[in-house]
Amino acid sequence: MTDWIDACATDEIDEEDVIRFDHAGRTYAIYHSPDGEFFCTDGLCTHEQVHLAEGLVMDHVIECPKHNGQFDYRTGEAKRAPVCVNLATYPTRVEGGRVQIKVS
Amino acid sequence: MRNYSLIGPDAERAVAAGLAAADWYHSDIPRKEMKALMAREDGPAIRDTAVLYGAMILFAGLGTWLWPSLWSAPFWLAYGVLYGSASDSRWHECGHGTAFRTAWMNNAVYHIASFMIVRNPVTWRWSHARHHTDTIIVGRDPEIAVMRPPAALRLLSNFFGLADAWAGWRRMLLNASGRLAPEEATFIPESDRPKVVAVARVWVLIYAATIALALWTGSILPLMVIGLPRLYGAWHHVMTGLLQHGGLADNVIDHRLNSRTVYMNPISRFIYWNMNYHIEHHMFPMVPYHRLPDLHERIRGDLPVPTPSIWAGYREMLPVLMRQLRGEELFLKRALPATARPYREELHLASGQPAE
Ligand code: FES
Repeated sequence: MTDWIDACATDEIDEEDVIRFDHAGRTYAIYHSPDGEFFCTDGLCTHEQVHLAEGLVMDHVIECPKHNGQFDYRTGEAKRAPVCVNLATYPTRVEGGRVQIKVS
Repeated sequence: MRNYSLIGPDAERAVAAGLAAADWYHSDIPRKEMKALMAREDGPAIRDTAVLYGAMILFAGLGTWLWPSLWSAPFWLAYGVLYGSASDSRWHECGHGTAFRTAWMNNAVYHIASFMIVRNPVTWRWSHARHHTDTIIVGRDPEIAVMRPPAALRLLSNFFGLADAWAGWRRMLLNASGRLAPEEATFIPESDRPKVVAVARVWVLIYAATIALALWTGSILPLMVIGLPRLYGAWHHVMTGLLQHGGLADNVIDHRLNSRTVYMNPISRFIYWNMNYHIEHHMFPMVPYHRLPDLHERIRGDLPVPTPSIWAGYREMLPVLMRQLRGEELFLKRALPATARPYREELHLASGQPAE
């Protein structure tokens, strides 16, 4: 059984941007897409252990700040070398102006 | 004695010392400003690419028209620099995927530039990733141009591509035969290896067609257009490239200690696509080349004072390289302005002595 975890207010993340969220010893990246939706992935790039929250969101892609590897943050799919391993994604929902994530 | 092999003792030492894939120093920039600096657009690179390819067609056209008169020489020299040197910076920026916003444009220019500079686009994407992870860490970085003590002859010969272009062509033939060099296997994942071979085979076909045309016409003119400009036009990218890290510290995790920002004239900056802002590029590789001057203005208070010209760069670098050549363990350490956060000395004990 997993619970929804309160992560941040919706207005804490600009559209087409990302923030870092740490919970229970793990780190996540939470995205605000240009069409107003929220997504959540693991925080660290699968190439080397670099946090994606320092990266650049373009449309539905997050670009890693270290070597410009890219993922589709909706699906976690690795889109551009040097990343080859997909990123884990987690469900999100918005409740009362707060973004919540569900992590197992 | 340093061992630059990626599979040698210094490679193991770098990992053991925590220098591999370490947490590097960054100047502070608020997220909002950083986002604006990282933003991608197609306009500047489309303009620059049109100018570059337009000029190449013009110079090669005039060179061919005036061939074999001596009057064609200046046009070949200009064409050569665009082919053998501007390709280095296009390869670099498009490899990072930052030059254009549109992915296929980055890829197209990346592949063309890789061919001209004779660097397999698949292999070098991986080697350059390692260069950013482990910049000038001995045994980890496959792209150290100036090794200590410097191999003077190799450096000089590269002004005409004599070491690196030939190595690239030999590597192309090896890859085209279906094999990889042992060092390549340390950074190219299994899944990408067939692509390395496929690209090498396409290149062999292009060179074979060019050589066949030269033999058929009884003239080296086709090779003046494809292949040879990598040699006679290489000097500019070597001249600017050596300044990136030459004479500075190795085995440190602060790009302010191992990279050099140099002010350059606008033509060199066009050829070099602003990589003269080299500390800025390493600290924030996501910022496109056309925003590096803005980034420089933003963080210059946290960086060593920039070297004022290419000439000044060589004047500060060469004496240090000469002393390294004589076996001295030293490097050039630039003072930081009062506004900067200090270097973290405790992390950098393995680099030798500062020159001053
Ligand atoms: S660490 Fe993310 S692309 Fe290399």
